[in-house]
Amino acid sequence: MQRFSALYQSLDETTSTNAKVDAMAAYFRTAPPEDGAWAVYFLSGRRLKRLVGGARLRRLLVETLDHPEWLTLACYAEVGDLAETVALLVDGDADPGAGRLAGNDREAAGQAPGLAALIETELLPLGGLDEAEQGERIQVWWRRLARRERFLFTKLLTGALRVGVSQLLVARALASAFELPRATIAHRLMGDWQPTPGFFAELTGPDDGSVAVSRPYPFFLASPLEKAPDALGPAAGWLAEWKWDGIRAQLIRRRGRTFLWSRGEELITERFPEVVAQAERLPDGTVLDGELVAWHEGVLPFAELQRRLGRKRVGPKLLEAVPVRLIAYDCLEIGGRDVRDSPQVVRRASLEQVAAAADIELSPLLAFDSWTALAATRDQSRALGVEGLMLKRGDAVYEVGRRRGGWWKWKVDPLSIDAVLIYAQAGHGRRASLFTDYTFAVPDDAGELKPIAKAYSGLNDAEIRELDRWIRRNTLERFGPVRAVPAEQVFEISFEGIAESSRHKSGLALRFPRIRRWRRDADAASIDSLADVRRLLTLGGSASPLAD
Amino acid sequence: MRSPLIELSASGLYCAAGDFHIDPWRPVPRAVITHAHADHARPGSQRYFTQRHGVRLLERRLGSDQVAGLEYGERLRFGEVEVTLHPAGHVLGSAQVRVAGRAEVWVVSGDFKRQADPTCAPFEPVPCDVLITEATFALPVYRWPETADVAREVLNWWQDNAARRVPSVLFCYALGKAQRLLAELPQPPPAPIYTHGAVEAINEIYRTEGVALPATERVDDGDQDYARALIVAPPGAAGSPWMKRFGDAATGFCSGWMLLRGNRRRRGYDRGFVVSDHADWPGLVDSIESSGARRVLTTHGQSDLLARFLRERGLDAAPVATEFEGEAGGDAAL
Repeated sequence: MQRFSALYQSLDETTSTNAKVDAMAAYFRTAPPEDGAWAVYFLSGRRLKRLVGGARLRRLLVETLDHPEWLTLACYAEVGDLAETVALLVDGDADPGAGRLAGNDREAAGQAPGLAALIETELLPLGGLDEAEQGERIQVWWRRLARRERFLFTKLLTGALRVGVSQLLVARALASAFELPRATIAHRLMGDWQPTPGFFAELTGPDDGSVAVSRPYPFFLASPLEKAPDALGPAAGWLAEWKWDGIRAQLIRRRGRTFLWSRGEELITERFPEVVAQAERLPDGTVLDGELVAWHEGVLPFAELQRRLGRKRVGPKLLEAVPVRLIAYDCLEIGGRDVRDSPQVVRRASLEQVAAAADIELSPLLAFDSWTALAATRDQSRALGVEGLMLKRGDAVYEVGRRRGGWWKWKVDPLSIDAVLIYAQAGHGRRASLFTDYTFAVPDDAGELKPIAKAYSGLNDAEIRELDRWIRRNTLERFGPVRAVPAEQVFEISFEGIAESSRHKSGLALRFPRIRRWRRDADAASIDSLADVRRLLTLGGSASPLAD
Repeated sequence: MRSPLIELSASGLYCAAGDFHIDPWRPVPRAVITHAHADHARPGSQRYFTQRHGVRLLERRLGSDQVAGLEYGERLRFGEVEVTLHPAGHVLGSAQVRVAGRAEVWVVSGDFKRQADPTCAPFEPVPCDVLITEATFALPVYRWPETADVAREVLNWWQDNAARRVPSVLFCYALGKAQRLLAELPQPPPAPIYTHGAVEAINEIYRTEGVALPATERVDDGDQDYARALIVAPPGAAGSPWMKRFGDAATGFCSGWMLLRGNRRRRGYDRGFVVSDHADWPGLVDSIESSGARRVLTTHGQSDLLARFLRERGLDAAPVATEFEGEAGGDAAL
């Protein structure tokens, strides 16, 4: 545990990508395989199920300490992170002054469990204990571990351990530690695996070309196009498609079995039986990349698709109300062969063949003879319910992760409104001591302010601090952690879409709202009204870009 | 009812019986100053009184030569009251102000800390009836690590950077923190230490007052090689054109706020070192208890929380609103 904790600290203390990769590589070279497997598991963003809820841990912390409850909770409010609050408030036997060996020495001397041992023999069994016994065990470990380990242990309990590295960086580190191609590691890290010593051995062993039947390929991610497309050179070398407003998915058909993976590498096969039925017509050794969209005589708004996303099991009613299909736009494996290195146009031709034979929906290629003509096509996006265009270079290979050059997303400009700040709340983690979570409102017909959006991003650090000071000085009322402020500060809020919603006081739900700018020039009398915002609904409609 | 011995006027903490202010934020005829930080020592008053070792610091801050120096414990009579200064352990020349009169003793703590600091006299508890205390870090999460451990961290960080020929720029308050950090480093230091002009000016005053500091040299771009050096600069220099000469330097920040991970990450320094010249939670509680005060007024920082905590322990306690700021870097400052 100390070794992993030391690694966690080095990763936490640097913003340099190279330093992170070096630190991980150094760890992997020396870690026992059972610990290495768990380290890969956490570093690549996987999480344990939550073993103990936050409310219960808060209670346990209050019971552990001699402080009055309100004081412990005030500490939590100051720190903004429960695991860190525990780490700082509990006195551990191994904390400074307790006469101890340094971390690695203790681990080597067998006085402290390694990462795998701690998780497998101490942490996971906690889930099966009754509350009292569980609480006692947790308290024992809180005291037994030193401050940094106590922090990680508590993070693991809540299932919320996050490390600021990407799976690709982990792959780089492993590749460097074991002298293997990065792409090999990236592929082996995909999909469903258990953090066992066997997995770690397979992950870091020589390349024998075999692929687990369910294993997906790393997704190729498009970069946002920040300039006019002229910068990409002549239009003739490029393919264009709609950018679908659904969720990215990879459909695998191998050895008579079907697997559907989300971009977050979640196996979602069972949630989409209609897609599985489609896939049965595909030949073995086929892997397609595409978008899952809600579909009924055309693409339905994303809000409809969301009704399906949260469900593990889909009832017949919902299945009928919100049918989903895969719109395929690439193929990564044909006849059991990895074709990611073939040019885009070649993969597209293979895709068209295989999709036609299996009656799978294709993302159509848009005809255009100039960037100007394509820009005109893009202007129809909002009316068609798509996010804009995808531009793919004809000779682009299918890369791993976000690589600039081959694929660009050319999204439509976001919608925007002017709204006024009415509530603010402190953020969490990195923003725990600043008011960074804002609620904005617009007036209804009676002139009463109705909350229209919450936004957490879009201001720079200097603006955040300035607004924070203003909020502190101008607090009208406090409701728990929330502060009400005078309706004076106006902000332009951007968002990607708008839909009716019975769950919001304004009757409207905005998609991806964020602050575009602080309108110091505007006063609250000049902001948009709820009626103005409602009018945008007609823009977000969803005629279909595909004839069904 | 008689007015309290010390009360809050529009200009600051005021003692009517002696007709003087303590750390006033507006110009007044007579100002007793606890220490030379900007939020406690403001210009424009006619006469200043401070601890002897703080006189030069205060003169530099105020541009005034009307500063009288007192020894710790030296008695000063103002009207009906007797004023003495007692070590606060905050920075060189920092003092708690004891005011005795009308059969009562009041103490204004100013800023103080309980950890050892080789650059100033250690805090001494002063028995009193009423204590006006700072509350910058008045939450139990704030418990400072041993200074020697932090100094070792700084040294290791510096040496790791030096091995890669990357300059190490350490940001800390020009007055107090910078000198304390320098004094805590091993002597002689393993590589040259350079300073920002604001730090070097204070270093010189500390040396004049007899405080032992390692050799430092003001950054002047002559034939100075920063590749293996430690550079000590005030936080205000971060991101300024002055920094350009160090290229892609590693940056560290010394502050009590660096105890919290969110603060460390949000500030954008490569490393945060937990060093504060304010009392941590155990330090505050112990100082209040050992003063024997029956009434405690709390100012700046977590004054509401500290007052509530003390009330629940049976003391008469209340927050008082001053314009002192505590340690910059809290809330949103800096």
